[in-house]
Amino acid sequence: MIWELFFTFFKIGFISFGGGYTVIPTIQNKVVAYGWMTGAEFQKAVSVAGMAPGPIATNAVTLIGYDTAGIPGAIAACAGIVLPSLIVVIALAAFFFPYQSNKTSKSIFYGLRPVVTGLIAYAAIHFANFDKLSGYTWMNGFTLLICAGCLVLLAKYKLHPLTVIAAAGAAGIVFL
Amino acid sequence: MNTNWKKPLYIWVQLFWVFARIGPSTFGGGYAMMPAIEREVVDKRKWMSQKELADVVSIAGSAPGGVGVNAAAFIGYKKARIPGAAMAVIGVTSPTFIIVIAFSLIYLIFQDSPKLEAALKGIHGAVVALIIMAAYRMAKAAIFDTTTAVLAICALFALLALPVTPLYIVAAGILTGICFIRIKEIAGKKTMTEKPSKSRSGAEPIYPEYYI
Repeated sequence: MIWELFFTFFKIGFISFGGGYTVIPTIQNKVVAYGWMTGAEFQKAVSVAGMAPGPIATNAVTLIGYDTAGIPGAIAACAGIVLPSLIVVIALAAFFFPYQSNKTSKSIFYGLRPVVTGLIAYAAIHFANFDKLSGYTWMNGFTLLICAGCLVLLAKYKLHPLTVIAAAGAAGIVFL
Repeated sequence: MNTNWKKPLYIWVQLFWVFARIGPSTFGGGYAMMPAIEREVVDKRKWMSQKELADVVSIAGSAPGGVGVNAAAFIGYKKARIPGAAMAVIGVTSPTFIIVIAFSLIYLIFQDSPKLEAALKGIHGAVVALIIMAAYRMAKAAIFDTTTAVLAICALFALLALPVTPLYIVAAGILTGICFIRIKEIAGKKTMTEKPSKSRSGAEPIYPEYYI
């Protein structure tokens, strides 16, 4: 189990381009497939993870590891998702960095950035629509409304993400 | 003669400590960490120059994983090779790790409270909003011509409609980038691989504006 947690998230760590958001759907699929959590439990875990500092994917897998196998599970999951970053960054620092302004690397990022945009957009859609089975109940409607409110706070009023998260939590208590 | 082994040990402890203090300040995304890193690494400890830090940020943002963790790894590597990178990453990760476990315990205690349930439903909405903002900010940096726009849309539709994993999407993006720029070059057309920036002058380093 510990090994499974480590290795599953280790593999996911390598493709978490654009930060943790892009791999949330992948993590969800794996976690549900392994029976570690249900989709609804996963959604709650990510919400809790969003309140903590640090990358949301790292926090989420730490929670999943803890939930599945206690502290050892949390350590295995966290190490699993962080280690690929460490390996890739060291590799980049050692071999790639001198060629950063190289034409090939520029073309790589030319193609990589748009698909990462697509991946993040997909993560938003996927995570918004977690509760496919029960459909859009009024609860979901309210969550979407809160989401829209948060977007306004973030984009227009440029509030700090943590303030927005706290406001959304309060709004949830008041309205849901 | 003692200093031979004491010196690296001192640097490792320093790397751990610097990033352990910066780690918890990253509520709301890794880029929020950058001013703190700059203060500590450039101004206070003089481990690197402002320009070097800007390079660090560009590498950190393009590697997989959280940008804060990646920046820590890169700075640690520059300072003390692989052990340094490992110490910096452990430093930046462990406070968050402890906080997450604490949250988890609190959550387990109040799990059945309908108030917590409701709060988490609200936060679910906020997290979706944060991801949408991240996508929007990434799009602003990534999409500036027809090819990049088509690539982004294709990636999104492939993910929505086909049973593909992100790995293939990433690979396809990289390949398209290389091939497309090459073909354009052979055709003798002017190529632009980055969004043209309007004002890159000024002392303030420009960070890509998206959250981790």
